[in-house]
Amino acid sequence: MKAGQELQPLRKDPVTKVQLVKYAGASGDYNLIHTDDETARRMGLEGVIAHGMLSMGFLGEYAASLAGPQKVRRLKVRFAAMVRPGDELTCRGIVREVAGGRAVIEMWAENQEGEKVTTGEAEVEIG
Amino acid sequence: MALDSSLIGASSDPVVFEVEKGAIVKLAQAIGDRHPDYRDGVAAPPTFPTSFRMAIPGLADVDPARFLHGEQEYEYARPIRAGDRITCVARIANVTEKDTRVGRATFVVAEIDGRDEAGEPVFTGRATLLVR
Repeated sequence: MKAGQELQPLRKDPVTKVQLVKYAGASGDYNLIHTDDETARRMGLEGVIAHGMLSMGFLGEYAASLAGPQKVRRLKVRFAAMVRPGDELTCRGIVREVAGGRAVIEMWAENQEGEKVTTGEAEVEIG
Repeated sequence: MALDSSLIGASSDPVVFEVEKGAIVKLAQAIGDRHPDYRDGVAAPPTFPTSFRMAIPGLADVDPARFLHGEQEYEYARPIRAGDRITCVARIANVTEKDTRVGRATFVVAEIDGRDEAGEPVFTGRATLLVR
C-alpha cells in the first residue's frame, strides 16, 4: 500500500429486507424502523431503512479484505445518508498515509447513484 | 435523568459478554462477509462490538425511534475471538445541543470500553447519537 493509492472496490449485493431482519437478529438492534414498514412510515419514512451499522459492517468487511480481519486496528464512520432495500452499495478507498507498519485508508460506501452514504477511515496493520 | 450536560461522566455497571462462534458467524452472514477467519472463530467482524447491547446511562427511557446514529468509531487493541469474555462499561463522554437540518437536537457521545478477563483492553467504541 502506498499513500495516494486507489484501492480495488468491493461491490456488495443489493440490500434486501431479509438481510435487515438477519442483521437485526445478529446485532440485537430491534428498532422496527429497520424491519417494519408500518413503523417506518409512522416515523415519516417511505419504508424501512437499513441499519447504519450494516453499511459500517460493509466497510469493516472492506478493511478486513484489504489487511485481514486480525489487522484492523481502527474503524471510524459517519452516517451521511439513508440506505434502503434494493440499494446497491460499493465500498471504495484511498490510502492516505503509510507509516510505522500501519496504513490509514479513507473509505466510503456509495449507492448506485454514486451518493456517499457512509464515509470514514480505517487504520490497518500492514506486513 | 434529564438528557443534558449533567450526564457527562455517568457510567454504566460493567456487563460481561461471552463471544460465541455462532454469534460471530451470524453477524458475518448478515453482512455478507465470507472471510474464513469468522467461521474459524479466530477473529470477529470489526463491527462485532455492536452486538454488545447495554443500557447507556440516561438513555434507557428514550424511545429508540428518536435516535439517529451520527457517527461510530471502534479501536481494537487486538482481534475479538470466539471464547472471549469481555467486560464492557459504557460512559457518557459529552452531551451538547446543536441546530441541525432537522431542528434542534441533543448530541450524545457515548463511549464503551471492553476488557478481557485479565483486565487488558480489547476495544473501545465511541458513538455519536442525535436525539430529537
